[in-house]
Amino acid sequence: MATLWVGSRKGLFRYDDGPNGWQVAGPPAFLAAPVSMLLDDPRDGALYVALAHGHFGCKLHRSDDRGATWVELPAPAFPRSDAPDAPALELIWELAPGGPDQPGVLWLGTIPGGLFRSDDRGQTWRLNAALWNDPSRPHWFGGGYDHPGIHSILVDPRDSAHVTLGISTAGVWTTRDGGASWRQIGQGMRADYMPPERSAEPVVQDVHRLVQSPSNPDRLWCQHHCSIFVSDDGGESFREGRGMQPTAFGFAVAAHPEDPDRAWFVPGVKDECRVPKDGRLVVSTSGDGGRSFQTLSEGLPQDPAWDLIYRHCLAVDATGDRLAMGSTTGNLWVSGDGGDNWRLLSGNLPPVAVLAFAP
Amino acid sequence: MATIRFTTHLMRHRPVRALQADGATLADVLGAALSDDPLLRSYVLDEQDRVRKHVTIYLDGQPIRDRLRLSDPVGPVAEIYVMQALSGG
Repeated sequence: MATLWVGSRKGLFRYDDGPNGWQVAGPPAFLAAPVSMLLDDPRDGALYVALAHGHFGCKLHRSDDRGATWVELPAPAFPRSDAPDAPALELIWELAPGGPDQPGVLWLGTIPGGLFRSDDRGQTWRLNAALWNDPSRPHWFGGGYDHPGIHSILVDPRDSAHVTLGISTAGVWTTRDGGASWRQIGQGMRADYMPPERSAEPVVQDVHRLVQSPSNPDRLWCQHHCSIFVSDDGGESFREGRGMQPTAFGFAVAAHPEDPDRAWFVPGVKDECRVPKDGRLVVSTSGDGGRSFQTLSEGLPQDPAWDLIYRHCLAVDATGDRLAMGSTTGNLWVSGDGGDNWRLLSGNLPPVAVLAFAP
Repeated sequence: MATIRFTTHLMRHRPVRALQADGATLADVLGAALSDDPLLRSYVLDEQDRVRKHVTIYLDGQPIRDRLRLSDPVGPVAEIYVMQALSGG
């Protein structure tokens, strides 16, 4: 049986794929609380949920019984400072497990641009000082939000000390020593929103989402503010995709678990018009490493639809066949055949913030 | 002694009833009252000990003046209400 977790503006929902197909499974958790991120840890089955309470701040909860009961954990905190604009946690935007050889290790990305690590399943958190104190950080800037944020954390399955980040907006960063030191990578992308002489600088690249092929971790897929970019060398350099259909703008990307040349995207018109082109919601996919793209629309609304699929809202399971997609309009679709056919699972959810299949 | 009462919206997340604490300033009183429950503290104050943007605190019927350092003086008998602002929803 497959399980899909849906983190929304008003709580966490669970769907199970059983003999009768996908069905909602049980009452929502954290009803009415905005879920900003979730993690179903493949190492120990722990489930983590980050909340962004409008009044009471960002919180973190863990379940060790698949969502039956929850315990609140201390949220990561920025170090004390007397500066009048001292940083405080604004959003938990990414949660990633450390490697299989690092039980209990979690990485967490935030707005405003902080990377935190826990070595004890979220009981305590430590800000990564090397990245926070990097001389370039004052030049990072917000993309959509007021402050920059870390939304993509990729732990190399071959080497847990090799971690790569996607930051909006500060491009792509990597460490080879578990976070003791960081290096900006990500040559080859293009930022049309910058003056021409600065558009190629790696630090100004607004990476909307960065994912890694599990079977070939040197293959990274980037949905960027301005286009789709593909890396064949672990993010050192990127080449622009070719033949994106129907547009090259979007937020979400999902990488096939086994085929490094396959990924899925959800195109939108452009940055100042974040809706499907011509009101037709489609998924686009490349099966040749980004050298061509095909449009998938069977079962998706064309009449017209204005759904936006945000960066953490397109998920693929471990088989590569099941896909799920949730929109800011509160629609949830699933596919059982790699995106060729889609089915609306719910049209009445709150705005969807994050999706994850149980591993 | 100051009495601190919490909005029921907060009590939904943390099991808290009215607390009592002594102190010359709001920072002293809240610091003492919330010292046993760091999670509750994190619902009211951020990690820089500022009042959260969409939390309001009333001291003897008036909104507090210093939301950054909580320096408002607290008398020997005081009523403090920690409320959810109407903004931030």
